[in-house]
Amino acid sequence: MDYVLLIEQFLNGFQLGIILFLMAAGLTLVFGIMDLVNLAHGSMFMIGAFVGGTIAAVTGSFVIGVVLMIPAMLLIGMAVEMTTLRTLYPRDHLDHVLATFGLILFFNAATRLIWGPEGLVVPLPDFLEGSVALGIGITYPVYRIMIIVVGLLVALGLYVLVAKTRIGMLIRAGASNRTMAGALGVNIPMLFSVVFGIGAVLAGLAGLIITPITAAQIGMGEDVLILAFVVIVIGGIGSIRGAFIASIVTGVIDTMGRSFLDVFLLLFLPENAAESAGPALSSMMIYILMAAILFFRPQGLFPPKGAQ
Amino acid sequence: MLKKLLGTAAVATLLASPAAADIKIGFVTTLTTPVAVIGKDMRDAVELAMEHIGGKMSGEDVEIVYADDEFNSQKGKQATERLVLRDDVDIVAGYIWSNVLLASAPVVLNANKILISANAGPSPLAGAQCNANFFNIAWQNDQTPMALGELLNQQGVKSLYLVAPNYAAGQNMVAGVERTFKGKVVGKDMTVWPSQRDWSAELSKVKAAKPDGVFTFYPGPAGPAFIKQYQQAGLEGDVPLYSVYTLDSISLPLFQKAGMETVLGTKMTQFWAPDLDNAANKKFVGDFRKKYGRYPSFYAAQSYDSIMYIKSAVEAVSGDIGNIDGMRAALEKADFDSIRGDFTMGNNHFPIQNFYERTVVKDADGNWTTAVGRAVLTNHQDPYASQCKM
Repeated sequence: MDYVLLIEQFLNGFQLGIILFLMAAGLTLVFGIMDLVNLAHGSMFMIGAFVGGTIAAVTGSFVIGVVLMIPAMLLIGMAVEMTTLRTLYPRDHLDHVLATFGLILFFNAATRLIWGPEGLVVPLPDFLEGSVALGIGITYPVYRIMIIVVGLLVALGLYVLVAKTRIGMLIRAGASNRTMAGALGVNIPMLFSVVFGIGAVLAGLAGLIITPITAAQIGMGEDVLILAFVVIVIGGIGSIRGAFIASIVTGVIDTMGRSFLDVFLLLFLPENAAESAGPALSSMMIYILMAAILFFRPQGLFPPKGAQ
Repeated sequence: MLKKLLGTAAVATLLASPAAADIKIGFVTTLTTPVAVIGKDMRDAVELAMEHIGGKMSGEDVEIVYADDEFNSQKGKQATERLVLRDDVDIVAGYIWSNVLLASAPVVLNANKILISANAGPSPLAGAQCNANFFNIAWQNDQTPMALGELLNQQGVKSLYLVAPNYAAGQNMVAGVERTFKGKVVGKDMTVWPSQRDWSAELSKVKAAKPDGVFTFYPGPAGPAFIKQYQQAGLEGDVPLYSVYTLDSISLPLFQKAGMETVLGTKMTQFWAPDLDNAANKKFVGDFRKKYGRYPSFYAAQSYDSIMYIKSAVEAVSGDIGNIDGMRAALEKADFDSIRGDFTMGNNHFPIQNFYERTVVKDADGNWTTAVGRAVLTNHQDPYASQCKM
C-alpha cells in the first residue's frame, strides 16, 4: 500500500519538475548566454497561459491552443527582446532587475485590462480527462501523464537543438564566450532575439499546460519563477542539462517533503508541533538544498564548459 | 498679497466644499492581484447599498473611501493607516482576509474608531483580544465549519480527510470542523498559502487514506483550481467533497462554463444564501442581479449588510457620528433588517445566528447557484465568546 503512495508522489514530483524545467530552460539560456537577469520570464509563463487558453476557447480545441501558442509566444518574446531588453545588456544586473520588474507590472496590468481580474478557466479535452490504472494499484490522472510526456519530448528536442544543430552550436558558443563568438562573425543580436523567443515559448508552454490544472491567474508566473531561479542556480547557470536534472530533483524533493515530512516529524515531535512545523519546513527544503549546493559547488552542479 | 492669499483660500474652500461628506466610511478590500474579483463583488454590493439608501444616513451625506489591501497583511495595514490618519474616516469596514484584519485592527482601535469586519472573523478578535470598538457582521471563522461538522455527522460520514491553507482562517476552519465532527480524522494537510496551487501530493495522500469524505476550504480563485484537480484525480466519484467558502457565486459560473457537472449536488454550510427567504434579502439579491447580471456572493451580501448595519447605528445617534458611545450601543443592538434575517450580537460583538445547509443546483434559467436547506445550527454563538471579557 505504502509503496503505491510513494510511486504516486514520485510521479507528482516528476511532473512538477517538468514544469520547472520548461521555465528554467529558457531562464538559464537567457541568463547564461545574454547575462540578463530576466524577472519577466514569469510574465511569459502567464501570457502563454492566457493567449493559449483564449485560442483554445475560441477554437474549441486545447491542442490547437497549444500549437498556435508557439508562434505567438515566439513573436511576443522576440518583440519584448527587441523593444526593451536589447538596451539593457551593457548595464549591470540591478538595472536588469528594475527594468524586468517593470515589465512584470506592465504585463500584469495589461492582462487585467484584456482578460479582467477573474482569470481564465481552460477545460480539458475529453480524452485527457480522468485517470488511468498503471498497474500495481496505481491510478494516475491522464493529463499529468501527458505533461510528463510533453516535457520529456521538449527536453529531448532541446538536447538535439543545442547539441546537434548549427543554432545550437552558436548558442553554446555564446554561452561559453560571447565576445569571441561575436568576433568570429556570429550575429549576436539576432541570436539573442531567437534565444529569448525560444525561452518565451518554453515558459508559455509551461504556463499553458499547467492551466487546465490550476486555472490562469494574473501573476501566476511569479511563484514558479522563484523556483526556476533556484533550479538554475542548483543546475549551473547556462546549462540545459543542469536545468533538467535540477528541475527533477527540486520537484521530487518539494513534493516528497510536502507529503511525508509531517509523518516523519511525528516520530519525535508532539502532534501540534509536527502539524505546524511540517508545512513550514517542507517549503524550506529546496532552499536548504540550494544553500548546501552553493556552499560546496558555487558554480552549480553542471556549469557549461568554459563559462566564467 | 493678503488679498491674493484670501482669494486662493476662498477658491480652495469653494472647490473643497461639495466633496466634503458628513460621514466618511473607509472600506478595505482586495482590488488588485488575482483575488481582486472578490473585492469587485464587495464594492459592487457597497455601491448597491449606497444606491438603496440614496447616499445618505440619517440625512447626512455618506462617502465611501475604498482602499486596496493588495492581498497582503502589511499592505493592508498601510492602507488602513492611510484611511485613519490621512483621510480621517469615521468608521473603517471591510476586510476579506483574517491575517490582514489581525495586522490592521490595532491601527483603527488605537485611534478609538469603530471597526466593522465584513468577512474576516479570526479567533483572537472573538476571544481574548475582543474590543469594544470592533464588530463583526459576518461570522467567526470556526462557526461555518462547525455547522459543516454537524452536517457530516448527519450524513453518516465516519472518516474525514482535511485539506486547507496554512494561515489564520485555514487553521480556524479546520479547528471548527474538528470541534463538531464525531467521526475519525484520518488525515490533515495544511498547504502553503497563497502560493501553492497544485495539490497533487495532497490528493494522492487522500486517495491512499480512502476516507468517507474530504473537507476543504480554499477561498477565492484557489477553490475552483482545487476542485478541478480533485475531479481529475478521479476522487469525485469515490469520496464526496464538503467545503466552506470555496464554492460561491464567483466560482460557480466558471464551473458552469467549463461544464463540470460533478460540482452539482455538492454540499456546504453558510449563514446566508441567495435564496434565503426574507424581504431584505429578496430586495438585495433581486436588485443585485438586475444591476450586475449575476448572483451576489456571500462576500457581497456581507458588504451590503455592513452598510445597512452602519446606517442603523448612525440613525440611532441621529447622525452624530462623534457620539461613539451611542454608536457602540446601537451596533450592539444590531436593530436592522439583515439579509440573513433576525440575529443578535453576542457579548464579543460577533453575531449569534443560524447556519444553513446549501446544495449546488441549477436555477430555473439554468444558472448554477445554491439551494438553501434547513438550518444545521440555530442561534449559534462562536466558541471563543466565553474568553471575551465584555
